[in-house]
Amino acid sequence: MSAWNSDLVNAVYVVAILVFILGLKAMSSPETARRGIVFAGIAMLVAVAVTFFISGLSNFALIALGVIVGGGLGFYWARVVKMTAMPQMVAVFNGMGGGAAGAIAAVELLGSLAGGATTALSLAGAVIGSTSIAGSVIAFLKLQGWMRSKPIVLPARQPINLGVLLVGVGFGVYAVASTTTLFLLPFFLLLLLYGVLLTLPIGGADMPVVISLFNALTGIAVALDGFALVNGPLGDAGYAMVIAGTLVGAAGSLLTILMARAMNRSIANVIFGAFGATEETGTPIAGQLKPIEAEDVAVMMAYANEVIIAPGYGMAVAQAQQRVKELADLLEQKGVTVKFAIHPVAGRMPGHMNVLLAEAGISYDKLFDRDEINDEFANADVVLVIGANDVVNPAARRAGSPLQGMPILDVDKAKNVIVIKRGQGKGFAGIENDLFYKDNTRMLYGDAQQVVGKLVQALKKS
Amino acid sequence: MAADLWTALLIAILAAFTGYEVIGRVPVLLHTPLMSGSNFIHGIVLVGAIVALGFSTTNLERAIGLVAVIMGAMNVTGGYVVTERILAMFDRSKQRKGGGP
Repeated sequence: MSAWNSDLVNAVYVVAILVFILGLKAMSSPETARRGIVFAGIAMLVAVAVTFFISGLSNFALIALGVIVGGGLGFYWARVVKMTAMPQMVAVFNGMGGGAAGAIAAVELLGSLAGGATTALSLAGAVIGSTSIAGSVIAFLKLQGWMRSKPIVLPARQPINLGVLLVGVGFGVYAVASTTTLFLLPFFLLLLLYGVLLTLPIGGADMPVVISLFNALTGIAVALDGFALVNGPLGDAGYAMVIAGTLVGAAGSLLTILMARAMNRSIANVIFGAFGATEETGTPIAGQLKPIEAEDVAVMMAYANEVIIAPGYGMAVAQAQQRVKELADLLEQKGVTVKFAIHPVAGRMPGHMNVLLAEAGISYDKLFDRDEINDEFANADVVLVIGANDVVNPAARRAGSPLQGMPILDVDKAKNVIVIKRGQGKGFAGIENDLFYKDNTRMLYGDAQQVVGKLVQALKKS
Repeated sequence: MAADLWTALLIAILAAFTGYEVIGRVPVLLHTPLMSGSNFIHGIVLVGAIVALGFSTTNLERAIGLVAVIMGAMNVTGGYVVTERILAMFDRSKQRKGGGP
């Protein structure tokens, strides 16, 4: 590589990495988050552009074609997707990164199978990248509702999965040992199958943790590919990938642990537990469901001192956020204190609910997370549960329930609990909700948007 | 192992601690955008994909390299747009314009 462009490329990568780190740092505070992503975006653009200056590069037409097609698809898809579908979009784009890492490893392995440590690193990158893309695609299909979201449990899946992984890796090692590229085909196919088998038994409620895990894995795959490139003539790009990939691998792992902790589950339990596959049997719940009319709820809230709203994914699906904001504004005009109780995993991802409420223009000063608000439910006159189910299920406090130990919002401690719900179905985890049968709970059936609209109308009249 | 690999390993260790420290005290409210943002950052894979395709010599390598570039480009643009869309909602000045407090 001639000196001037090598120095240029390296200098740009160094600056880009610095901006990535500062950008991630900025993204951990709401005040600076947007600046963080914009700066990181500019740095990425320059880093990609400067890559074309690496000397010895050919196939420019193909590269341009790939960037335009991939970039166009990614841009269009990310623009049109609704905010409620954000988790599966992250899954898809993460899967693409994993797939790219796997494909880079494939190109490296096809080029040479005799690179020693480099080849081993490429194999490792291929293993993790392939698992990540296959798993992310299954996660997408489940969240999008194109595939049954309940755990799909095959008999003896643990030994089968392990077997598929080991035989797959065996083919890879054998391909290297015999320097026969043909054996790379079963290697990749079996690893893709492993990613599918690993994700099938995981239920929809656990998907956020899994997406976060695959995100971290893709980061590690990118870093491994980077290691393999460092040794070649193209070291510069390799170092950039090692740093950015490891950064995401570490940050993503921590994020995965935080999410799993918010649900009181261990990561091993999420991956191997097939949570929600078994229906809870016995323990019929005492009491019955008591319906209520919207007008009565409106009166109850108008004369309350404090109303806490606990929104869930059902609110987002019904696109009721805007109506909920109107409701909160009206109540505040009447002197009622309104707060929002956000469970860490309300929605489909930690923080997803905050995003959806922010989209509707509700100030994040009014959003309180579980630890901040749990003691306050006892003082609340009315708690309005909108389309949330598992995260308010007191069964989590009962021994023997599949939800046992999951941190919940203690809404049942409030004087009155109103549950807005579409029908009498179960939550995402497929478990009966004790809350609905409590003496202080009333059920307000209907589509969340229409029902909250009715509440707004009734409040305007009163 | 070559000297370059040892250097890369040292760098990776430092990067791992950096990633851990940077995320350490993030509020739950930002978990989703942060996951999406870190998803964008591993879009640097596009750089590797360009290099892999740029040095491909056989048609099979070119085909797989092209797939890598397409996927990497999707990762990086999709990851950016999604993150930016989410974070735009947290922008206080914009929130006021939208009728917020």
